[in-house]
Amino acid sequence: MSAKKWDKFAVGVLYALSIFIVLILFSLLAFILIRGLPQISWEFLTQPAKSFQVGGGIGIQLFNSFYLLFLTMLISTPLALGAAIYLSEYAKQNWLTDIIRTAIEVLSSLPSVVVGLFGFLIFVIQFDFGFSILSGALALTIFNLPLLTRTIEDSLQAIPGVQREAGLALGLSRWETVTRIILPAAIPGILTGMILAAGRIFGEAAALIYTAGQSAPALDFANWNPQSITSPLNIMRPAETLAVHIWKINSEGVMPDGAQVSAGASAVLVLAVLLFNVVARYLGKKLQKKATSA
Amino acid sequence: MEEIQAKLLGNSKKGRLEKLGKTVSFICIAIIVFVVVSILYFVTSKGLSTFFTDGVSFWGFLTGSVWSPGNVGENGQPLVGALPMITGSFLVTLLSAVLATPFAIGAAIFMTEISPSTGKKVLQPVVELLVGIPSVVYGFIGLTVVVPVVRSVFGGTGFGILSSTFVLFVMILPTVTSMAVDALNSVPRYYREASLAMGATRWQTIYKVVLRSAMPGLLTAVVFGMARAFGEALAVQMVIGNAALMPTSLVTPASTLTSILTMSMGNTVMGTLENNVLWSLALILMIMALFFNILTRWIGKKGAMK
Repeated sequence: MSAKKWDKFAVGVLYALSIFIVLILFSLLAFILIRGLPQISWEFLTQPAKSFQVGGGIGIQLFNSFYLLFLTMLISTPLALGAAIYLSEYAKQNWLTDIIRTAIEVLSSLPSVVVGLFGFLIFVIQFDFGFSILSGALALTIFNLPLLTRTIEDSLQAIPGVQREAGLALGLSRWETVTRIILPAAIPGILTGMILAAGRIFGEAAALIYTAGQSAPALDFANWNPQSITSPLNIMRPAETLAVHIWKINSEGVMPDGAQVSAGASAVLVLAVLLFNVVARYLGKKLQKKATSA
Repeated sequence: MEEIQAKLLGNSKKGRLEKLGKTVSFICIAIIVFVVVSILYFVTSKGLSTFFTDGVSFWGFLTGSVWSPGNVGENGQPLVGALPMITGSFLVTLLSAVLATPFAIGAAIFMTEISPSTGKKVLQPVVELLVGIPSVVYGFIGLTVVVPVVRSVFGGTGFGILSSTFVLFVMILPTVTSMAVDALNSVPRYYREASLAMGATRWQTIYKVVLRSAMPGLLTAVVFGMARAFGEALAVQMVIGNAALMPTSLVTPASTLTSILTMSMGNTVMGTLENNVLWSLALILMIMALFFNILTRWIGKKGAMK
């Protein structure tokens, strides 16, 4: 075959491979939505799950997922922000920084099930938090920290050095330069990174099955006393999330309409993650425009 | 006089603020490092207690093919051979990487060399969405679609290494693709221009110039995909069948390190042999994650020297 024919052939193959990938995504989405959307109703989204009968919902699991997400972000954002500021603004190029960067890289490469088991060992057993939202949120924080730190550091690094020099030249300390000039300018990037991290946390299950537990006790949504076990706000109660719920239904098989419930729950999960993605893009662009008044 | 002296020689208000800020941000990073060190320490010490506290032979654990913790074999040693799970993990990782690599690199070439505009408008969002789909959803789809299809085409129960390979293939595809795109994008433009100016066709340029100079980056991408496949727990656990037996074919139920871990951890009591061997499995997982990490660093270094 001549070089030109090879060229045509290769380009054809590349087109085929790419089309195949696009087809995979569309068939996945179509499958989830076609199977799942008919299951979704107000009842389904608000009713508690039933294990041996038809017609259970995902209300408690959905609430648990959001509550856990909120708590995780509440713990991990300040930590990641501080760590990112240190790495981006203060860290010198020396052995200490090398160790720190290696540690973060190692953490991000650990399988989430290992992080979950560590959470089980330390938070659930050693600290005696039991299977609880608190244990789950701490495990998810560990899971979330390396990526969040890196995205925040990247957005800080993306601010041009002249802004720092301008701040220092005005007589501001380095800390003031960071908090008054660099951080506000980096907000669009940081927010985008946070929302994408939220999407990852929302779908995570392996780190949660042995930390937040696999049961969802009934909640009384009128009870706002955080001490009470039926209160949705209580952080010491076991809390099965939506992702864990899907896993559990499918590996236990005691729910007669398990396939329908998991289809509906999967659709909700995927839609939520899609929403996080779209919001992150939109917000990032919008804030960028506002900040640069372009 | 002394007041002025103290004011001049001591730290200013701003100086104190600066110190406070630096300390606080350093504490944050120290917490992260501390967490990493304690994960490494606790998993290692728990994982090693099988060998030091319970006296299981290290070699027997790695090469034994019978997994039945709680039962004792003929030689008086507990039956805790982890070889079936180790084999399962390596098989699904290698097979899915072999399957995903051509697709991922093909799509990456398409996005960077053939049609960057379509790549950016269509493939980029597709890849990002595929990354975002949670692993339990992949597992659920694997259970309801892949397993029945494998069952009707290849026979058996449908649960097994083949189904896991297909599920992992889709899961690591976006990771490998987006990293391969970065690798191809970092090849300088003038390499391509020089090659085209010498009369090479587009494919010759891609094959002989772009792919070769991006090789370290592409390898890193594949290793990352393998690391993700090796550590994936729930999606695999849902479709592999979870039988702790040496895999005899690709369509019989098998197990991986992660699948046995998620299945059994809740059914054992802390401190017993049954529980400690599970931590040994976790230790293998962690060591492999570190190994993949070192491998990517090594590839990066090798590639940078050229």
